[in-house]
Amino acid sequence: MLSQKTKETLLGPLNVNNPVVVQILGICSALAVTVQLKPALVMGIAVTIIVAMANVIVSLIRNTIPMRVRIIVQLVVVAALVTLVSEILKAFAYDVAMQLSVYLGLIITNCILMGRLEAFAMTNKPWDSFLDGLGNGLGYALILVIVAFVRELFGAGQLLGFQVIPQSFYDFGYENNGMMLMPAMALILVGCVIWAHRAYNDKEAK
Amino acid sequence: MEKFYQIWKKFGKNFEEGGKLSKLSSFYDAFDTFLFTPQTTAKRNGTHIHDGRDSKRTMIIVVLALVPAMLFGMFNVGYQHLLATGQLATISEMSSCLFWKAFGFGFLAVLPYILVSYIVGLGIEFIVAQIKHEEVAEGYLVTGFIIPLIVPINTPLWQVAIAVAFAVIFAKEVFGGTGYNIFNVALITRAFLFFAYPSHMTGDEPFVRVGSTWGWDGGQLVDGVTTATPLTQISTGGEFHVRFWDMVNGLIPGSVGETCIWAIALGAILLLATGVASWKTMTAVFAGGAITAILFNAFGAADNAAAQYPWYWHLVSGGFAFGAVFMATDPVTSARTECGKWIYGFLIGFIAIVVRVLNPGYPEGMMLAILLMNAFAPLIDWCVVQANINKRAKRAIK
Repeated sequence: MLSQKTKETLLGPLNVNNPVVVQILGICSALAVTVQLKPALVMGIAVTIIVAMANVIVSLIRNTIPMRVRIIVQLVVVAALVTLVSEILKAFAYDVAMQLSVYLGLIITNCILMGRLEAFAMTNKPWDSFLDGLGNGLGYALILVIVAFVRELFGAGQLLGFQVIPQSFYDFGYENNGMMLMPAMALILVGCVIWAHRAYNDKEAK
Repeated sequence: MEKFYQIWKKFGKNFEEGGKLSKLSSFYDAFDTFLFTPQTTAKRNGTHIHDGRDSKRTMIIVVLALVPAMLFGMFNVGYQHLLATGQLATISEMSSCLFWKAFGFGFLAVLPYILVSYIVGLGIEFIVAQIKHEEVAEGYLVTGFIIPLIVPINTPLWQVAIAVAFAVIFAKEVFGGTGYNIFNVALITRAFLFFAYPSHMTGDEPFVRVGSTWGWDGGQLVDGVTTATPLTQISTGGEFHVRFWDMVNGLIPGSVGETCIWAIALGAILLLATGVASWKTMTAVFAGGAITAILFNAFGAADNAAAQYPWYWHLVSGGFAFGAVFMATDPVTSARTECGKWIYGFLIGFIAIVVRVLNPGYPEGMMLAILLMNAFAPLIDWCVVQANINKRAKRAIK
């Protein structure tokens, strides 16, 4: 179904060209929304949808956008989509929308979006752009989920709000790690993911 | 000794290139240089120091300087236990039997922390050295000795193990190992515990062990005995019933090594006499703390108990003296320029007192002050060097 090139467009951002751990984009929101798994998942999905859609729209109109105002046009497209997604979330998943608070609106300023629009959608066809947006969004979501998984598991003993670490552990003297709930630890975890990623890919390259 | 040296060297043949145990050569090397001054020196050309001294000799001096604080800390842990469980009412009732009971109790209570600290920390050091094919660096000798001295006596051991692992990996090894760390590793251990498991680091319970050690001599807290440190008492309501000389003598609740000013002073004398620690940094920390405290006395809010705390109380309470003598002077993480040492030390004292007085959430500010200034030490050095360059450039132009 997918040719070699389109496959690379879709799967590259998941690993070798990951927006978070290779390009170091979107770190700010990765630190802010990863205290729990649920908001991280929702954030990942929201960004994936918005990048994919924005890529398609900008790619469709790429030949009609005057070069000098292209950033403004891209911003308008992204802003419209972000507003749409945040309204939908407020209607159907109010709690999560409140947890994400400003970071939902701040997707507009997420570097991954502007980066993909500038670097890819402006020069490629809609279908390729869609796959590229999907891949980058999922690559971002993947890192968010990994970080949020560790943070919620060790910080609160829960996953998706359910108690995972049994009470007997706590009776035995186990305690949740408060450091995991702090943004500083999220940064260190992202660093660990980058470390593991580099180590793995260096080995592959050899 | 000579005989042992011969046997040891013979044993070392196994670790040489091609020997049976050559993979573990760094392991042997670490113990070799720990036990004996290395016989090899730099080549006799160029401007090298032609001396077999390595940094292990320096580290050993710091460890020796810490021994009085450690011994007194062990006694104090037992003494506080006897007070809290009502076996003793005042220090004047201390008999030699009770003295040895106190020391024995404290020894057994502190020993597991020393073991955990060294086993975990050195274990990671050895593994990293094997992976990187380097010698085992000696920096952990001191760090491992300081950690049991600065954690509260009731911290669970597994938490200490995690904190040590975190600090050694993320504060030291990722920066390149001994000599490259930006932050003081022992303090990172404490900071990790402080933020990760705050219930064991603040409040009334952490600093006195009331229950048993290894199942020995358990007890109940007697009514009317406070187990809060003077700083906690200050931050939670003001009134403190601790005499000044008790704080100097160290007979108060607190982290193991930080309470006795005499023991710390002994260590300070050794460090200064051997030139291991900088007297400038040390003096500057005390000066900064004293001046800040005097300013708070004069201009601070009257209803803030900590602001009205006299300056000489500030200097002997909590970890101020211990931090000033053993942690602020860490040659790796402190400022290195002579002028920079004054600025660096003064700001540590200043920030420590400011945190104590103005932030009721943190009764003690020394740890945070030193860590913060660790981050600024390179900047201070840079500014000092730049200022000197500019001064000389101006002189040259004239």
